[in-house]
Parts: sequence; C-alpha cells; structure tokens
Amino acid sequence: MKDTDTIQINEKDTLTYNGLHKAEAKNVNLFYKDFHALKNINLVVKPNTVTALIGPSGCGKSTFLRLFNRMNDLIDGVKITGDVMLEGRNVYGKDIIVDELRKSVGMVFQKPNPFPKSIFENVAYGLRVNGFNHKDKMEDIVERSLIQAALWDEVKDKLKKSAYELSGGQQQRLCIARALAIEPSLILMDEPASALDPLSTSKIEELIYDLKDKYTIIIVTHNMQQAGRVSDYTAFFYLGELIEFDKTKTMFINPQNVKTQNYITGRFG
Amino acid sequence: MSHLDTEIQELKSDVLEMWSLVINQITKSKEAIVNFDKEIANEIHVNEKRVDAFELKLNMDCEKILALFNPVAIDLRFVLAALKINYNLERIGDYANGISHVVLDSEKPFCEELLQETRILEMFETSIEMLNEAFASFEKEDKHLVANLFYKDKKLDEVNLEANKIIARLIQKDPQCIDQSLNLLSVIRKLERVGDQTLNIAEEIIFFIEAKVLRHSRPKKIGK
Repeated sequence: MKDTDTIQINEKDTLTYNGLHKAEAKNVNLFYKDFHALKNINLVVKPNTVTALIGPSGCGKSTFLRLFNRMNDLIDGVKITGDVMLEGRNVYGKDIIVDELRKSVGMVFQKPNPFPKSIFENVAYGLRVNGFNHKDKMEDIVERSLIQAALWDEVKDKLKKSAYELSGGQQQRLCIARALAIEPSLILMDEPASALDPLSTSKIEELIYDLKDKYTIIIVTHNMQQAGRVSDYTAFFYLGELIEFDKTKTMFINPQNVKTQNYITGRFG
Repeated sequence: MSHLDTEIQELKSDVLEMWSLVINQITKSKEAIVNFDKEIANEIHVNEKRVDAFELKLNMDCEKILALFNPVAIDLRFVLAALKINYNLERIGDYANGISHVVLDSEKPFCEELLQETRILEMFETSIEMLNEAFASFEKEDKHLVANLFYKDKKLDEVNLEANKIIARLIQKDPQCIDQSLNLLSVIRKLERVGDQTLNIAEEIIFFIEAKVLRHSRPKKIGK
C-alpha cells in the first residue's frame, strides 16, 4: 500500500485523529498457549475503506479481527506481542480501558444476535449501557442508525415489537444499526452474511458499500465473490501468516503470491 | 481436475480448433489467389459459416463460465483473453472470406508481375507464420513464442505502405490491369489487418499469462 494515496478523512476523524491509518497491526504475534496463531502480522487499514480478510478456516483471520476490540482477551492462555493501533493509540496500551475501547469498535457476528427486547431497545441498548438516556435524542439516534442500516422503512411502524419478529436478514441489519448507534471508529464484521439468503446478503453488501462513506470496516468472509464486491483491500491469511495484502482488484485479477492464486481459484492443497 | 478446470480446458480446446480453421481459411485464400481457384474460394466462403458458428459457441461458453463459476485471477484472465481472441479470430475469418470474394468476383487470373511486385505472397506467408506462432504460444502458454510477432507485423505494415506506390506505377504502365490492381490492393489491406488482429491476439496471450496490459502501449504504426 502506498501511504501517498489520496484519502478522505471525515470530520469526525479530523477531530479525533489526523493520521493516515485508521487501524494498524505492527509485528503482531498471537499465541493460544503454545499455538502460534498469528505470525508477525503487519497490516494497515485506511479510513473509509472496507478491508476483507480471507483464508481457509483456522488461518487466523477471525483472531486477527478480534485484536481490534480485544475480544481475544476473553480466551484463556492468550499472549499477544507487537502493536495493535487504533487511530494512533495502542489498543493493548496500559492507558486503554477495554469497555471504552469497545464503544469505539462495533462488531457484527456471523449469526444475527438481537437481544430479547424491542427493535427500538436493541438499537438504544449500547447508548443506555453507556449512561445515555436523553429521550428525544435517543429517538433521533435510533432513527438515524436504522436509516443508516437500511432498515428504517421496514420497521418504522413497529419499533416496539420484538426484534425476534424480524427476518434473519432484518435482524442482521438491526445488529448493524445497534453497532452504528454508538458511532464506532471501526466496524468489525465476522462473516456477516454467511447465514443469510442471497437477497438479504445483497442488502448487507449494499449496506457495507454505503457505510464506507462514514465508517471504516474490516470484514471476514469465506465468500470470494463477496470480498471482491464489497472490499477495497483484501488480505489473504494462511496458517497464521499474512500471505498477501493488496487492493482487491489486484488480488482477484493478478495476485502476486501463488498461494493466494491457488486459494482464490479453489486449487488449494 | 476441478469442474472449472474441465470447462477451461474445453474452452481452450475449442479456441484452438477455431484457430486452426481460421489459419486454414487464410492458407486457402492464398491458394485461391495464386492459382485463381474459384472452387477453393467457394470452399472458404462456405467455411465462413463455421467460423461464425464457432464465434457464437465460444461466446456462450465464456458467458457460461463467467456466470456459473465466477473465475478469478488466472482463470478470469484466461476467459477474458479467450473472449477477445475469439472476436479477433472471427475478424480474421472475415478477411479470408473477403479475399475469397475477390477471387470469385474476378474474371481472369492475377498476372504474375502484379503478385511479385506487390509482395502479396510474402504478406500471406508472414500472416500465416504470425497466426501459427500465436497459436503455439496460446497452446503452450509460452509468451516467448509471440516475441517475433511485433517485428513481423511491421513487415506487413511496410509492404502495405509501399503497395499504393507500386499499384499506381503498375496501373500507369498497363492501364488494362486497373481492376486486378485495385483488387489486389484490397487483399493487401486485408492482410495488413490480419497482422493487426494477430497482434491483438498476442496482447491477449500476454495478458492471460502475465496480467500485463500492452494495449495502446505499442509503438505507433508505420505511416500512421
């Protein structure tokens, strides 16, 4: 990647961070006890881009994703070396409060996981647990988040109904709205459309594309075509190593590493 | 071998078959001109339908692979190259057919002096060599085999550029041969275009093998 590429930094970014990189891994190694799961990873994520992480199961892509909101901390025996940076600050620095960090890093999982609450309360949840209870502003934020998640038109007349009444695709967009409500600096998505039908998948992909204007997204996907459609940059992981990282177009037309070519063309192993 | 590998091998095999047919068409068009053989000219005209049918089939095969297999990397480059090579081969088939019509529409054999002076036989040989070299390059997936094509195309361009002067001189010398001269001039133009199309094919082969785009980066053509 060339740091000299023209990039746009939105107003929010300008207020909080003037650097070129939204997120960055510098010489990152991660061990699950004796197992070396990530091996000396160096990767830069630019603001307002979508970066896709691809690779076979067990290659370390989800582990890498979870570095940025410190979800790996929850696993016994994890040891991490190197620097994981978010907006210029080390995520694993002593000054970082994990709860605060997770306010600025939204996450969407493979299966939609709405809370057993109303649609409205699902979106408002993140704000409420952070002590925000201003009623009028809350309504505005919920509406804005649902609009950003392309769900507002479908749910505006049933905000008090249970989130479980929504379809799988709608539930996933609700989870995205929930993540957007806290205005994260970075959104992590771990196979967000793998449990959805093609129509819902298409909506999620369009949403990712639209969200790029305001947010920076890292997405793990097993779907090569999806990586090609939604991402600006693609990183190929294999056996804990970052094999290749480049613009998505380059990765899918002319990958430089034979392992990348074999993987994306389905000739691996 | 995966399903996609099988489809790509079949596509390659069909492209090569069409290619052989097109080389045959150009070779026969030379025979038709040299021997003033209307039977061969007619054969070329009939075979043109086979070339067109091949083009349609290969187009559909490429569409099918793109739609059903979503190829990427070298597979994608191969299918894109095959699509464009298919188009170029069809155009070359059209030129062979056009040459056959020159023979079919002429009333008497071309005079030896015209054939010699215009270097048209040399053009035929060069065009056929270019097509064969590109064929071998595509078949063996060896980019080195197209290295000479760029020089050979220049040779065709030179002959084409000289042709106007030569034809003008021959017409002045013998006004009776005006029809034949103009017909041969049109054949020369077609062979020059065969060279261009073959060069386009060479560019597609390099794109497929190396992912390098040469289009519009070649030196400008002589006299243009």
